[in-house]
Amino acid sequence: MSSITEPRQTWKLAAGLLVVFYALVTLLPLLWIISTGFKTPSDSIAYPPKILFEPTFEGYVNLFTTQTRQSEEFLANNPPTNWYEQLVHDKGMVIAGPSRYGERFFNSLIIGFGSTFLSVFLGTLAAYAFSRYRVPLKDDLLFFILSTRMMPPIAVAIPIFLMFRSLGLSDTHAGMILLYTAVNLSLAVWLLKGFIDEIPLEYEEAALIDGYTRFQAFRKVVLPQATTGIASTAIFCLIFSWNEYAFAVLLTSGSAQTAPPFIPTIIGVGGQDWPAVAAGATLFLVPVMVFTILLRKHLLRGITFGAVRK
Amino acid sequence: MAEVQLQNVCKSFGSITAVDQMSLTIDQGDFVVLLGPTGAGKTTTLRLISGLERPDQGRVLIDGRDVTSEIPARRDVAMVFQQYSLYPHMTVRENLAFPLRSPLFSFSDEVIQDRIQNIAEILQISHKLDNRTTALSGGEMQRVSIGRALVRNPAIYLMDEPLSSLDAKLRADLRIELKRIQVELNATLLYVTHDQIEAMTMASKVGVLESGKLVQVGSPRAIYEDPVSLYVSGRLGLPRINTVPAYLFPNSPAGATTIGLRPEHIEQGQGEPARVIRLEHLGDQTQLYLDFKDHTIITLTDIRSTLRPDDTVYIQPRNPLYFDVTGHRVR
Repeated sequence: MSSITEPRQTWKLAAGLLVVFYALVTLLPLLWIISTGFKTPSDSIAYPPKILFEPTFEGYVNLFTTQTRQSEEFLANNPPTNWYEQLVHDKGMVIAGPSRYGERFFNSLIIGFGSTFLSVFLGTLAAYAFSRYRVPLKDDLLFFILSTRMMPPIAVAIPIFLMFRSLGLSDTHAGMILLYTAVNLSLAVWLLKGFIDEIPLEYEEAALIDGYTRFQAFRKVVLPQATTGIASTAIFCLIFSWNEYAFAVLLTSGSAQTAPPFIPTIIGVGGQDWPAVAAGATLFLVPVMVFTILLRKHLLRGITFGAVRK
Repeated sequence: MAEVQLQNVCKSFGSITAVDQMSLTIDQGDFVVLLGPTGAGKTTTLRLISGLERPDQGRVLIDGRDVTSEIPARRDVAMVFQQYSLYPHMTVRENLAFPLRSPLFSFSDEVIQDRIQNIAEILQISHKLDNRTTALSGGEMQRVSIGRALVRNPAIYLMDEPLSSLDAKLRADLRIELKRIQVELNATLLYVTHDQIEAMTMASKVGVLESGKLVQVGSPRAIYEDPVSLYVSGRLGLPRINTVPAYLFPNSPAGATTIGLRPEHIEQGQGEPARVIRLEHLGDQTQLYLDFKDHTIITLTDIRSTLRPDDTVYIQPRNPLYFDVTGHRVR
């Protein structure tokens, strides 16, 4: 008995160690970013890197505020009223106001989730039509949709820049949502078509006979079974539009600027504030992670297995 | 409940004619069984009545109303698919409630639960009501599928080989149950199968399909005893009807080229000699394989028969069925 289980346990241990090692290697940059966010500027550039250090919120305070240097006298007359003012005060500065990070982050949320919703919504309808109806030139249309992804989107940056300028879409939320939706839509249609193709037609036919219209059957029978596809498509779309940098740099500068082009500018003028940049990057990771975790249960496949005899 | 009529209905898919000039009237309370091999157009007929397919030609009438261009929901039909097709994201109870919650009806929750309970008891699935459909066995799935049709009281029930995937015992039980329910509700039912026992035991009328054409409609007895063609004669009867050239026996009528011999058409003990090939004891019957002038004939014999291979048996036809060269009946 033991002679059978022993090698197995050794293998299990080896496999486990391998996984842990792999996880460490891939997570190292992430740990680096997160820890740098809690370091002081001098700790952040220390060599050799400090693994153990005294954490501080200085980076986060710098991220969310703009500060000005003040005279000793001014500082003495305006004592800090809370912990973050104290933190700034100790450096001989006062908080002049909020930074633009919050706004940029909010822009990212609106544009990222807005374009994700639109891509998935339009993609689901289009995929259903391509999957179920006799569409003239179906294969050509599908190929055309796919072909829009055959070059890097940035290749058409100049025409898009000119179009956006003449249409007044530059630096607007609507413009960016539209652009990211256009880029994501082809992926959404193809991914979702694959998922909807796998849902047997019998369910809809049963629903049609059970007294429902085509659209009601779609909503009550097809959509609930397509949640896996919809969730994974949504995650892909969000990751693209959330991380997109090139178009954001090109087309946004003020009111609709997203976080990716903004984060590098946090580094500031005079003095390199790496902890603030790291703090900005750390917070930037959170929405996609939360979104993925929330949709995780829908990603589990297999709920439809066995209900239709193949 | 109502009468359903097909009038000269045609349907083809590409170059394949699935249903050809079909006219059929299903009266209120009828249990009509469509019989035919795979590809004869049985399922297409059901789909044409349900509205899942539109006919290329002809009309479909339900209760005198022309529904040819109406969507399935408006036709007031219920259908049991050959595939189980239970909604996998719902429980058994939700599946059974689904037709009752459709926009066609506005039943109160109480009525819905009442009906579900009632049907679940008949189909013996009460203890499974809150299970996910994916956790059911094949037989249970199919019973839920039948239940989803039975909760309603539609103009007609359409059933596409509903019992074909079940094991023998369950099939026998449900066959009797289905017939009982149909009689009790005085339901109109169109049932597709290629199982002749189902056809014989449940049908009030049998329709035989041959490549999309309805070749004969009648009571199971009439189809069995008085088939219009060789094809129809082969659809019912176990062991299958024997077909041998007419010249093997004397006294065939003019024009007859083929004789159809069911076991009851073969008189043993008189006539011409045939050699015993083998006997198959099936318990309730014993099938006798005979070699008659180089043609194999299968008939029945006494279950305690002591015949052995190479024994000789004398046989002669008794009121057999005669068919002409095109397979039509010669009377």
